[in-house]
Amino acid sequence: MLAMIEANLPALQVVLPLIAAPLCAMLGTGRRAWAFATLVSFVAFAIAISLFIATMGGTIISYEMGGWAPPIGIEYRVDTLNAFVLVIVSGMAALVLPYARRIVDYEIPAERQVLFYTAFLLCLTGLLGVTITGDAFNVFVFLEISSLSTYALIASGAWRNKRALTASYNYLIMGTIGATFFVIGIGMLYMITGTLNMADLGEKIAAHGDSRTLRTGFVFILIGIGLKLAMFPLHLWLPNAYTFAPSAVTAFVAATATKVAVYVLLRFMFTIFGFDYAFQAATLENVVLPLAIVAMFAASLVAIFQDDLKRMLAYSSIAQIGYILLGLAFLTHTGLTASIVHLFNHAVTKGALFMVAGCFIYATGSSSITSLRGIGRDMPWTTAAFVISGFSLIGLPLTVGFISKWYLVQAAIELGWWPVALLIMGSSLLAIVYIWRVVEQAYLQPAPEGAVRREAPLSMLVPTWILVGLSVWFGVSATMTVGAASRAATSLISSSQIMWQ
Amino acid sequence: MEHHSVLRVVSKLLIPPIILYALYVQWHGDYGPGGGFQAGVLFAVAFILYALVFGIDSMMKVLPPRTAHIFAGAGVLIYAGTGIVTMLLGDAFLGYNALAHDPVHAQEWGILAVEFGVGVSVAAVMIALFVAFARHNPPLKDEDW
Repeated sequence: MLAMIEANLPALQVVLPLIAAPLCAMLGTGRRAWAFATLVSFVAFAIAISLFIATMGGTIISYEMGGWAPPIGIEYRVDTLNAFVLVIVSGMAALVLPYARRIVDYEIPAERQVLFYTAFLLCLTGLLGVTITGDAFNVFVFLEISSLSTYALIASGAWRNKRALTASYNYLIMGTIGATFFVIGIGMLYMITGTLNMADLGEKIAAHGDSRTLRTGFVFILIGIGLKLAMFPLHLWLPNAYTFAPSAVTAFVAATATKVAVYVLLRFMFTIFGFDYAFQAATLENVVLPLAIVAMFAASLVAIFQDDLKRMLAYSSIAQIGYILLGLAFLTHTGLTASIVHLFNHAVTKGALFMVAGCFIYATGSSSITSLRGIGRDMPWTTAAFVISGFSLIGLPLTVGFISKWYLVQAAIELGWWPVALLIMGSSLLAIVYIWRVVEQAYLQPAPEGAVRREAPLSMLVPTWILVGLSVWFGVSATMTVGAASRAATSLISSSQIMWQ
Repeated sequence: MEHHSVLRVVSKLLIPPIILYALYVQWHGDYGPGGGFQAGVLFAVAFILYALVFGIDSMMKVLPPRTAHIFAGAGVLIYAGTGIVTMLLGDAFLGYNALAHDPVHAQEWGILAVEFGVGVSVAAVMIALFVAFARHNPPLKDEDW
């Protein structure tokens, strides 16, 4: 039995939440569905950890679906990079689900909770599937599974605010356009190579050389994934979707969905198109790099003027995605390491911040910043969690945010791009402003008369503080995360050292 | 619909052959065109036709939405469960070869089991979608936005 489980770990990683989802739908009551979904997320996290440990030394686990050998069959391929992302996704699910019980009771009517947890498990299935698969078309299928369930999850915020429906519809349209572009791009690659297996695609494309079809395919894929990961200026769906989604969903989606899309981008850019593909390098430097820098500033500036806490954090997410894309656009080992480590660091930081926002909503019934006046005295633990995660978002030393910025700046200096390094630090100053606005309201303003606000329940505080703890722990001793990210970057670069032309 | 005797008689005549044809498409998929998805849609059409002519309430007596939801999940479970069984028999997920003594039969049985799951799921989801739209929650009021 154990040998069976061990041999099938990559399949079980996806199949377990997939089977759990319909079972969850049959459970009847929200409480049972919650307990079941939480248990499943713990097991999925355990599987991800064991895959991460198994691939730590650089081994690549390849799993043949249905016994059909790649490149004909679908291959699940786990290396350092996607094991790292698997840990992020399943770990966030394992933290968000225990947190979700109270806030879901508060935000979603009892008879709908079963379907809510079912959709949550499907979303987890999709995100894990996108990450683990080694087949380009399979990525599209799982991307659709995760997106469709995310639309439903966001729309379920409608019981708190009806505008969740338009936000979800907006995301549906934009997300579908993104998925369509992505699949058109894959079609172009298939036209050239006749294969869908990623490793095989990489080899065949290198042998094929540059062509107009390949360039068109590249651009379609870049824009398609760009929509999914909210690359500036394709981010318009994101602020409303994050603002009106139920709090638990925002915490989970903000920490994982865009990260998984970034992973897909990394995989396509470097495993499939190759690290030294000249057209890609030119696109990254002339298009993605400026857009990333604009995102860092524009989104942070907009965040400063938001009245709603969740909306402010959503705009800050767009800025943070700018940092990730910036690291990618450097096209160096250090830059890639910074990007990959920021996937983890931002997931931890933003997950904690959105959980704090959920605690505030639970206590005050509103997510507007003005309703937080004087809340530091009523909810000391929640507010302290906000402050520490806020430090991490700014990038102060001893938090994970600092680690990411450190490597980003280092990558910029290695290339001699001094202005970029200065811009990275400059945009951090904007983060100070929007975090300070909340801190000022929470600690320095008097509480409104007669406001009764109790500290959030332990089941919500503990997951939040675990994330806060992680963001400090890995900010002090970053060897593990940076080591994993650096190995992942090496494997990405070495997997694509193919001579072009 | 009481006075539309032609509609009622014709649809009563049509519904059994539709279900029969759905089952034919379901089980004949390995020899000719067909398979789980098409069969599921056809199967659901029989129920939808019944609901259109005799009213959604009498259809829901036969198949309440809750039952439809359970069948939708059961289909997925049949599909994935086949994969789990092959795993337990020592092959990969959905590696049908472990299901029988020789690969040809094993592949056929595996496909049949999986397609049955698809058929059940599709039929149930189609019916549930129809019911969801036909019963329609009260529309949103302007001031709710």
